[in-house]
Amino acid sequence: MNAFKDTGHLFRFALLFVVAFVVFLAMRHLVVPKSFGQYGHYRGAAIGEMAARPIHYAGHEACETCHADILQTKSSGKHANVNCEACHGPLAKHADDPSLQPAKLDTAVLCAGCHAASAAKPAIIKQVDVEQHSSGVSCETCHKPHSPAIDAGGAQ
Amino acid sequence: MNGVEGYMYPNEVNLIWSVLIVLYPYITGLVAGAFILASLVRVFNVAAVAPTYRLALLTALSFLIVAPLPLQLHLGHPERSPEMYFTPHATSAMAMFGFVYLWYLMAVLVFEIWLDYRRDIVIASKNTTGLKRLLYKAMTLGSDNISERSLAIDHEIGWIVTIVGIPSAFLLHGYVGFIFGSIKANPWWSSPLMPVVFIFSAMVSGIGAVLLLYMLSTKIRKIPVDMPCVDTIAMDLFYIFIIDFSLEMLDLIHRIYEADESFRSLNFMVHTKLYFSHIVLQISIGTLVPLILLGIVQVTKLAPHIRRRIYVMAGILVQIGIFSMRWNVVIGGQLFSKSFLGYTTYKMSLITKEGLLVAIALSILPLAILYILLKLLPPWPEHEAELSASEATPQVLRA
Amino acid sequence: MNMDRRHFLVMLPAAAIAWEYVLAGTPEASPNYTMSEHWWSMLIDIPKCIGCGNCVRACAAENDVPDGYFRTWVERYHVDDYNMENPEVISPDGGKQGFPAAKEDAGKYFFVPKLCNHCADSPCTQVCPVGATFITPDGVVLVDQKYCLGCAYCVQACPYGCRYIHPTKKVADKCTLCYHRITKGLTTACAENCPTGARQLVDLKNPKDPIHAFLKTHHVQVLKPQMATGAKVFYNELDGAVR
Repeated sequence: MNAFKDTGHLFRFALLFVVAFVVFLAMRHLVVPKSFGQYGHYRGAAIGEMAARPIHYAGHEACETCHADILQTKSSGKHANVNCEACHGPLAKHADDPSLQPAKLDTAVLCAGCHAASAAKPAIIKQVDVEQHSSGVSCETCHKPHSPAIDAGGAQ
Repeated sequence: MNGVEGYMYPNEVNLIWSVLIVLYPYITGLVAGAFILASLVRVFNVAAVAPTYRLALLTALSFLIVAPLPLQLHLGHPERSPEMYFTPHATSAMAMFGFVYLWYLMAVLVFEIWLDYRRDIVIASKNTTGLKRLLYKAMTLGSDNISERSLAIDHEIGWIVTIVGIPSAFLLHGYVGFIFGSIKANPWWSSPLMPVVFIFSAMVSGIGAVLLLYMLSTKIRKIPVDMPCVDTIAMDLFYIFIIDFSLEMLDLIHRIYEADESFRSLNFMVHTKLYFSHIVLQISIGTLVPLILLGIVQVTKLAPHIRRRIYVMAGILVQIGIFSMRWNVVIGGQLFSKSFLGYTTYKMSLITKEGLLVAIALSILPLAILYILLKLLPPWPEHEAELSASEATPQVLRA
Repeated sequence: MNMDRRHFLVMLPAAAIAWEYVLAGTPEASPNYTMSEHWWSMLIDIPKCIGCGNCVRACAAENDVPDGYFRTWVERYHVDDYNMENPEVISPDGGKQGFPAAKEDAGKYFFVPKLCNHCADSPCTQVCPVGATFITPDGVVLVDQKYCLGCAYCVQACPYGCRYIHPTKKVADKCTLCYHRITKGLTTACAENCPTGARQLVDLKNPKDPIHAFLKTHHVQVLKPQMATGAKVFYNELDGAVR
């Protein structure tokens, strides 16, 4: 065709684009994960992967299945709504295999985290100046952690 | 916490976008600006600046080749960057980078350079030997048709490519401005003016860079500077800079006047943490001084050698000013807390992959690439003359 | 596998029914969980927060959060009288070890736990260039750490500062609302360990969730409502000085 004489080089340049596009499509088909776009513009399988991550805190219901007695002591005291692992730390391993003993807690340090007096803390929690209150004596000496009020028969 | 004043959200203390992210918009800005200068010749028929046409295109290409490097070095997983091509997220301005870059590289810059140089390439493929010959032969794409008609067609197509290239250049750099300008979380960045300011400052830096490179090349080639050429470039640089400066002043005045919740924090930041880079480098040394210098040339009659000195001075100061502008946007945007209650410090490292040495190397690399391109595809008029002479008496090397 | 035509005609409707099950979105690891039945959120009850930092520690332990980075943190505000524009805010190590004791003065103090707000119109998912961060059909914003490039655009786009780039994995990371726990009927690690019930997991799609009664009888806010992010973490009695 006369119109296309002397334009051969342009078609060669265009051919580069065509080849690149075909290669692109092929790679895209191979590389994009199969679950991409399942629920939206993301890899659908990522949701399942996230849901399958390991658990470290068993949750208080798991503790209560075995430690019903502690639950009973706790539910009539001020710590009724303080979950077990809030003080005892992550115990999913212990819940799976009770022979794995959790670490013993040091109440001299632990209790102050919540109960050390500060003008910043709201009055909903009983607060003491730890030094004045116990001068380093561990809290368990007078308070049962699962039912801490002294006049409610919780004293040692 | 070291380097923190007031309160920063805990995750904000360390900057995540480093000097490399400052370098990236600076580099693409040079690309866009150099291309606009080239388009003055092709589309707007400003014949005076024709001596810089090919140089501007090669400069743009050198910087464009380097542009993705700071981004790759910044990514936590650069090996996953093809994901931006395979699953680009349509709502993300950043996702268009891969496509805009490839489009601009291949369908605009490489295409236009190839069309303009095709005759030189075909002739060179016949007049050289060895590796160079193979290279030129590859660049001909197997076609050695340099008839009058084919070259005329090339010229027409090249004109269309330049027309398409102007908005493409604006897109290449404007989207970077939008990347920042569309972040409502960051009041230093969030502004509809951001893409426009980026584009105009890019033109300033790109045109200034080609001006400097052209004058340097005349010095190296030991030929006189084409004064009408540099005078025209300097005049265009001056007027574009006026527009850029006006836009930035508009942003500033608007901020000061409205004084919204972020103003106090940002104002304090500009006067303390960003004082040197913003007030001294960007505004005073990088904008006001070159504007005054170029303005003087516009309103007075100065001798050519004085004008040349002013142009070199202005060209250099403009680079400092525009680089500082990118610094103040990127780094400045991360120095203050989104709580508006505190500030942190940018601790630029020296030898890590996002450190100062890498930034310096990436700034020099485009010049090294340009040097190679200038040897491979000389844009000089004297080379043109040699080429025409050798075409008149072709040497047949293929047996 | 050799299948005759009759067998195939029986398989087809069976497959169609099973496909519907797949589409309902059942994450493999939780067979009794259907995403479309939930719309997760959280309620932070400011008057109940005592700044003990239990939540910060629990989150770090549950999710292997690296030191110096925070999926959740607690801020302590000190507002002097009516000077709401200039509160004094501290968050020493994100509140992980609690806070130093404060002295009584003319101002007021309160604690504000912060986390990802799992925004319904999140700016972070909007800007991700590849689709590595997203909101699940049950309302949790997650990061696909196998797909994330680590470009940190999402970190810049979050108005709340709740994202960070993981120092060793080099991908974006943030609160996942303990997705691996809530899809199994547990609560989040932070809510489990809060001694006062200041943090509670909320399922907005569950008509029996106490949040509905709570919202009817309390005044709540979200952080930075002017950003219109559709933030889903509700704060009871949030003070105007909170940033």
